[in-house]
This record gives sequence, structure tokens and C-alpha cells, in this order.
Amino acid sequence: MARIIVVTSGKGGVGKTTTSAAIAMGLAKKGHRTAVIDFDVGLRNLDLIMGCERRVVYDFINVINEEATLNQALIRDKRCNQLYILPASQTRDKEALTKEGVGRVLDELSKTFKYIVCDSPAGIERGANLAMYYADDAFVVTNPEVSSVRDSDRMLGILASKSRRAEKGEEPIKEYLLLTRYSPERVKLGEMLSVEDVQDILSLHLLGVIPESKSVLTASNAGIPIILDEKSDAGQAYSDLVARYLGEDRPLRFVDEKKSLLGRLFRV
Amino acid sequence: MPVEPHQAYQRPAIEFKSVTLTMPVLNIADTDLGVITEQLKIKLKQAPEFFRNSPLLVDLHEIRAEQEQLDLGALISAIQDLGLLPVGIRGATEQQKKTALQQHMAVLPDHRGSGNKPAPALKPEVPKEELSVTEKTQLITQPIRSGQRIYAKKDLIVLAQVSAGAEIMAEGNIHIYGTLRGRALAGVQGDSEARIFCADLQAELISIAGHYRISEDLQQADRGRPVQIHLQDQALIINPI
Repeated sequence: MARIIVVTSGKGGVGKTTTSAAIAMGLAKKGHRTAVIDFDVGLRNLDLIMGCERRVVYDFINVINEEATLNQALIRDKRCNQLYILPASQTRDKEALTKEGVGRVLDELSKTFKYIVCDSPAGIERGANLAMYYADDAFVVTNPEVSSVRDSDRMLGILASKSRRAEKGEEPIKEYLLLTRYSPERVKLGEMLSVEDVQDILSLHLLGVIPESKSVLTASNAGIPIILDEKSDAGQAYSDLVARYLGEDRPLRFVDEKKSLLGRLFRV
Repeated sequence: MPVEPHQAYQRPAIEFKSVTLTMPVLNIADTDLGVITEQLKIKLKQAPEFFRNSPLLVDLHEIRAEQEQLDLGALISAIQDLGLLPVGIRGATEQQKKTALQQHMAVLPDHRGSGNKPAPALKPEVPKEELSVTEKTQLITQPIRSGQRIYAKKDLIVLAQVSAGAEIMAEGNIHIYGTLRGRALAGVQGDSEARIFCADLQAELISIAGHYRISEDLQQADRGRPVQIHLQDQALIINPI
């Protein structure tokens, strides 16, 4: 039986798709057969971040409407043969998603995959609701600023009350906090909420902190999941995060200010 | 010894004074008595204590132009039957004014402006969805997140935090053992004895029996510490515990 992970946030632009691509690649690289689904119907982005936009023939909606089989729509990643992408439709909207249809696709994927990563659209409407409805785990992506934290809190309320697990009275969805675009320098200057501030407001298990990094944009533009950039801070932070999710013990990195050369020389 | 007439004048038995009172105004916007009574019943059910034996001014200006006239006598009896005490009317037609005077009701001058606002209602418009309601003391162990609403028929105990943008309501007391950042409304059906207890007060709004205070009006000294809140002489009192 597969584990279904939803990557969600409420707010847009916080790094859901970047995170979905990174953790799906991370899980697959660890040898787990993983599928990543783009739920952002009408604003298809995941295929760009994954670098497979030129290989999209059929999409998620085609499968839901039974116009194509799952095998026809799934795109195998060229870098990792354990990873498959199910792209969203660009020509439709979120109304094309149905609870039954999504359930059917996830059931079928569950038979052959170990992890299914659902990349949720922003907002709290149909697309976001269906992305999280069947989830077992939720990665709540939050930026260290007040509006993102508030929206994540709202999303956590929805996860706790409107998911299948909540409706059936089963064990609730496991919620994890992912703090992205973190800048220790700006935290020190008081321009950004600290890890502690965010945890204080959300009281949620922290799975990882991804530092703000120029390499994320470069990787996105090149269609390479950032986790494959092993030299970048952000790539390493995602690797840590995936390892932590799989039960490994990894210390939190990139949450303290980088020491400049002079700073290091004068360190007592 | 007989009382001298001038002594009796020294202690007047009556005195005229002028006071300003706040009184609920019932705006009538329909001429169908059945519809009015039905909707009034529903409103009263939401806060029976608040309305019991309450004096009431009946405002008829919205239906003054209607072709079909409302039977004012029947309306007044219907309102009285529901436990309210109508004391006067305004915005009435000449015919209605006559009826009112026959029934010993005051006819007040028409009023425009601020009085037309609907009464400020911190009334629980008991919503149907996204609201969990229980009959006994309700215990919540999970954080109450932004956008969630909880309604307890009796007391409410929260062992976790209440996030900003969340709303918890109880007809009785509210106990919060985490941080209160959202809204907490105790005694929502008018119980002025209800109290709010909270381990860390950072609320957006606190209210007991409709008397409320918003975040801006909280003393800095009361913030971020364990407090209890109760109602005394219609004012919210916040005491550290």
C-alpha cells in the first residue's frame, strides 16, 4: 500500500512545486518507487520543474475521464527510473477534478507505487481540497512571514477536518512543517520570523528548513529538481529532509548565519 | 397634630426627570404577520434570556409605502405573546398611530440616521457547517486552527492552542490551557456568570455574554500570561491567575 503525501500551504509562491519535485526525486533516489501528481489543473508547472514538459501527451484529467490509461499518462523520469510524473491538464480547470476520479487514480497508483506525492495548488478550493483529501501525510510548506504562517494554519485546520481520514474517524493525517526560503541573516536583523517563532505559532513537527538560495531558481529554470544539485545548500537541506522523513536522524543545518571569512578568522 | 399644608409641599411625592435609554428597535420590513412572527420566534430562540420581558420599539417606516397595511393591533399582541413588551411605535401611518394610541402605546417621532443600523450583534448566528456542536462539556486536545469554529453547549476545555483566526464559543465557561490567539466567546446565550480561563492571553477578541473586548483594548500587562476573565457590572474584568 502506498503512502500518500500532500505538499500544501494555502498561500501561493511559497515553494510547493519545488518541494514536491525535490522530495519525489529524493524518495525515488533512495530506491522507493514514487509518483508525483500535479493537482494544479489549469496552471501546470510541475512538468517544467521536473524538466519533462516536452514529453506530456496525456494528463491527470484524461485519466480521470478515462480518456487515457494511467500507464499512458505517467511520464518516467530520465534521471531516475523509480520516479514517475503525472502532469496536470493545462487546458482545463479545477472543476474537472472529481473526488471519485481522484480516488480511483490514487487507488490504482497505490498498487504499484511506494510513495505518491500530491502537489497541491494554492488556495483552499476544490483543487487543494482534493489534493489533500486522500493524504496520509501532509508537508505544510511555510515561508517565515506572517501571512504564510496564517494560511498554513488555516490549511492545517482543513487537513484536520475535511480529509478522508477525518471524515472516517481514522487516525489523523500526519502533519509536518517545512520552512522554506529561510534566511538566518534576515532573521538576525529581525526582518523574518525565526524557526522558533513559526513553531510557536503552528506547534507542528518540524521536518526541515530550506534556506533561501539562488540555486533554486536556476534549477527550476533548467528543469532540474533542486535536490539533484548536491552542492547547493537548498539541495542538501532537501536531502536531509527526505532522510529525516524516512526515519534517519539528521541534524538541522542552514539555520544559523554563515560565517564570513573574517568572522571565521576572528572567532574565539 | 394636623399636618400643616405647607409641610406637605416640602417633600414632593413625584419628580419628572429625563433619561436616555438604549432600547431594542424591531424593524418591520414585511406586511405578512405570519412571516414576521415566524422569523421573530427564530431570533428569540437564539438568545431567550436577552429578550425576555425586554421593552421594544416597533419601527414601521420600511412598510409605510406598502399598499397592503399591516394590522398593528394583531402585530402588537403577537409580539406580546412572545414575551416582549412593545412600548411604542415610530415610522407609522396615521391609521397605525391611532391604533397605537388606542392600545396605550407611545407614538415616537420618525428617526433617521444612526438608529437605522441593525443592532450590533455579537449573537451567535449558530452556523450549520464547519461547526462542531456537542451537548456536554467539550474537550479538545488538538490545536484549533485558523478558520475553525467550535461551539459548545456547555463548558469548553481546550488543551492546545487556539490560533489567530479561529473562533471558539461556549454557552458556559471556556478553559484554554494553551495560547489563545483567536476569538473566545463565553456565555454566548447570555450567561453573564460565564468565565474564560486561559494560560496565555494573546486573543483577537474575548467576550462574555455579548460584552466584548478586542485585542487593541487589551492591557499590555494582561497579555502573554495566565488570566481569568469575568463580567462585573457589564464590564470585562481580566485578572491574573
